[in-house]
Amino acid sequence: MTFVAKPAAHHPRLPRNELGLTRRDYEGSVSTLCAGCGHDSVSAAIVQACAELAIPPHRFAKVSGIGCSSKTPTYFLGKSHGFNSVHGRMPSVTTGANLANRELYCIGISGDGDSASIGMGQFAHIVRRRIDMLYIVDNNGTYGLTKGQFSATNDKGSTSKKGAPNLYEPIDLAGIALQLGATFVGRSFSGDKHQLVPLIKAGLLHRGFAFIDVISPCVAFNNHAGSTKSYEYVRGHRGDVVAADFVPKHHEITADYAPGTREDVMMPDGSLLRLRKLADDYDPHDRVDALAYLQRKQREGEVVTGLLYLDADATDCHKILNTVDAPLNSLAEADLCPGNAALASINGTFR
Amino acid sequence: MKPTNIFDPTYFHKVVDCQWACPAHTPVPEYIRLIAQERYTEAYMINWDSNVFPGILGRTCDRPCEPACRRVRTEEKPVAICRLKRVAADNKGDITPYIPRVPKVKNGKRIALIGAGPASLAVARDLLPMGYEVHLFEKDPKGGGMMRTQIPAFRLPAAVLEEEVDLILDMGVTSHFGHEITSFKALLEQGFDAYFVGTGAPRGRDLPDVPGREAADPFIHIGIDWLSSVAFGHTTAISGKVIVLGGGNTAMDCCRTSRRIGAEQVTVVVRSAFDVMKASDWEKEDAMSEGIPIINNRPPKEFVVENGKLKGVLFSCVKPVKDDKGRLTYVPSGEPDVFMPADHVLMAIGQDNHCPWIERDIGIEFDKWDCPVLDKVTLQSTDPRVFFGGDAAFGPENIIWASAHAHQAAISIHLYCQGKDLKTDRPPEGVNLISQKMGMHEWSYDAAHDPSKRHLVPHADKRVSLKDVKMEVELGFDRELGYREAQRCLNCDVQTVFTDNLCIECDACVDICPMDCITFTQNGEEPELRERLTAPALNDTQDLYASGVLKTGRIMVKDEDVCLHCGLCAERCPTNAWDMQKSVIHVPQLGSYAS
Repeated sequence: MTFVAKPAAHHPRLPRNELGLTRRDYEGSVSTLCAGCGHDSVSAAIVQACAELAIPPHRFAKVSGIGCSSKTPTYFLGKSHGFNSVHGRMPSVTTGANLANRELYCIGISGDGDSASIGMGQFAHIVRRRIDMLYIVDNNGTYGLTKGQFSATNDKGSTSKKGAPNLYEPIDLAGIALQLGATFVGRSFSGDKHQLVPLIKAGLLHRGFAFIDVISPCVAFNNHAGSTKSYEYVRGHRGDVVAADFVPKHHEITADYAPGTREDVMMPDGSLLRLRKLADDYDPHDRVDALAYLQRKQREGEVVTGLLYLDADATDCHKILNTVDAPLNSLAEADLCPGNAALASINGTFR
Repeated sequence: MKPTNIFDPTYFHKVVDCQWACPAHTPVPEYIRLIAQERYTEAYMINWDSNVFPGILGRTCDRPCEPACRRVRTEEKPVAICRLKRVAADNKGDITPYIPRVPKVKNGKRIALIGAGPASLAVARDLLPMGYEVHLFEKDPKGGGMMRTQIPAFRLPAAVLEEEVDLILDMGVTSHFGHEITSFKALLEQGFDAYFVGTGAPRGRDLPDVPGREAADPFIHIGIDWLSSVAFGHTTAISGKVIVLGGGNTAMDCCRTSRRIGAEQVTVVVRSAFDVMKASDWEKEDAMSEGIPIINNRPPKEFVVENGKLKGVLFSCVKPVKDDKGRLTYVPSGEPDVFMPADHVLMAIGQDNHCPWIERDIGIEFDKWDCPVLDKVTLQSTDPRVFFGGDAAFGPENIIWASAHAHQAAISIHLYCQGKDLKTDRPPEGVNLISQKMGMHEWSYDAAHDPSKRHLVPHADKRVSLKDVKMEVELGFDRELGYREAQRCLNCDVQTVFTDNLCIECDACVDICPMDCITFTQNGEEPELRERLTAPALNDTQDLYASGVLKTGRIMVKDEDVCLHCGLCAERCPTNAWDMQKSVIHVPQLGSYAS
């Protein structure tokens, strides 16, 4: 844990976004996680993505459960709404937040324990319900807060710090999200912000449920030679299928993108997501093939990263429920209590 | 880029911008930390060791360290380094136990020092502990040179000057005050083993070709001579309207002195623009705050004399323009000439080297500017026995340069007297790196960044100080203000040291760095690499720190430019690949031999 506060001073030429804010205005307090924790890099990527999107900090709601991952909302977006909820219950609270105020950008932060063990049921149902949110799992394959037991996402055969092998099959949260109908699924690595930041931006702007499984090494308990979630293992076994470059709206496309099959996807706010295929045999719009590809590669020991699946025409829970366009919290008394005549007419439909 | 060699003494020395900019390479952050710890005596001795005159310089230094200070780049105003030096001097305890002992038995070598200014005194201090017999020749009745004659007492009280001058004289200098050397040839015949010329730049410039100069002579005074005459009490008053010509620190001293000894109106007139005046900003500010107007872009055209009395000065009007090469030149502005009435004119338009007492046929060569031909490093003249330093060497500079020259000249004199080679036997610079880690999250320096703005120094009440030429204007920081200002220092000598084979590339340092100094990226040529760092490194005067190749094939690149030395990279590093290590730069001095 760090005692030295991060100075407010910043680089004299630090860029400002359209709101006149710098990246530093999107930070939170200094992290109390172990030095070198991948989760801090995920927080830094969220900070960078939010700043570059130039969304006012008060438009975000960050919600988490319990665990190392779920501590991190304290370390980013210090000027936005937040709720540190019960273990595994982040999805319920986020559902409430999103239904009450559909104009919020909801960021749910969870971990492999919080989502794949105690919160597995909640995870499955929030995917089904297509809550308009970005769900990030800081996935390190270990229970760091309780000193390093295997979590449910730990690969079979991967060893603990002291060398004992894991005997159980892993849960692949990205695969389950695909199976349950998620319309935006990505997997990334905390050590690669070039990949992670555009994915976070796209996930935030995606209308509907967006899920990113971020492999985020635990330096204290799961960064050793026998681990499949260490910095070194992930770097050595990554296979990037689709790169997603984020092009803000009104932004002249001048950047030189690497060659490869290209596809531009229009995001709801008018920005572009430029997809580049890095694996020839991969189609990010085919749910069934994507799932098969993921499972095949997992068997080969490869960690597939990038934008795994995208349904650009997706809708969200508000559409399914046909809710009013305005956020519920903005409805005045007259909207909510339309009077006896309206009540009588509603009652009339049941007679 | 090649990996940076941090064991090259100059690499981390340059990161300590203040120390690098100081001609005497005073270890500034080290003594500032001691001030914060109320260890004023130690802070003073660190200064005394490297710049010889901490109390004097704490009031009068030209402060090349301050514009170099990293805080200028991270916010705006530098740490008030010079004033902190004075805090150390004002609050020091008994320093006598720390003054080097001078052996009673001499080494048999006799050295002559000519001129008792800062350069000669500093040479004496370096030579005496080595057993040299040091003879000091000075035309004035007291020591101190220009520090006594050209710096008015309201900036440098006599007691402060005398304390530091006498400290050296009392180490065992054989002084010959009131003894003007009129022939170097005769002195050379006295058979000293080596000679050091520290006679300054004693000739104030004149304007002999301006019409009326000759007729107005009784009312025109050369600035430095006039200041000297005030310092020794020969001049005690000036009357009527005074015009000071010139834009340097001497001009500021002349106008402020005039203001104090009776002038009814004082005006400074400068031929150049305000921004390019040679005077230090704070000297200009002080003069203006005393109600003295500074008028720019007015070269003198004629001294107007009527009935044998000066009436005033006629000035032409010019304006600055930049030529094709960006140099500033002045062209007539088209405005009519301006006449300004004056009873006296003080001429402070620069000064020159002037050694009429050195015969030009005795083997000491001079260049076309009348400066001696010297080796830049050894300060040896074309006569191997004769060394120069201070303003006498390369023209007018300042006290801190005199100290710096003196250390080099003393090393040269010692090597020369030992029959060694002045260059190949010269002691090298060195660097030690010492980890400051005390525990898991404990550092032996105050790593936290203090965002305070520069503190202002209190001044004496103008109603009193403007009536007394000897009353010091700046009161200096008290201990409390000194502590607060000391906390602004960024500890640039506590270096971020990176060990590449320990790094696991977790990005923790990149994420925490408040100034975006650190990047992990593919190697490349430096100019191209500078463009694609986390924050592009646009300040070419500041180095990039590059590591060896890491496991992913990338390298770590740190831009030293705006690093706060807050230690957060080391704090957040899980493997101690980053460590905060104090760089102790060893700048050779003659004392280096003594140990």
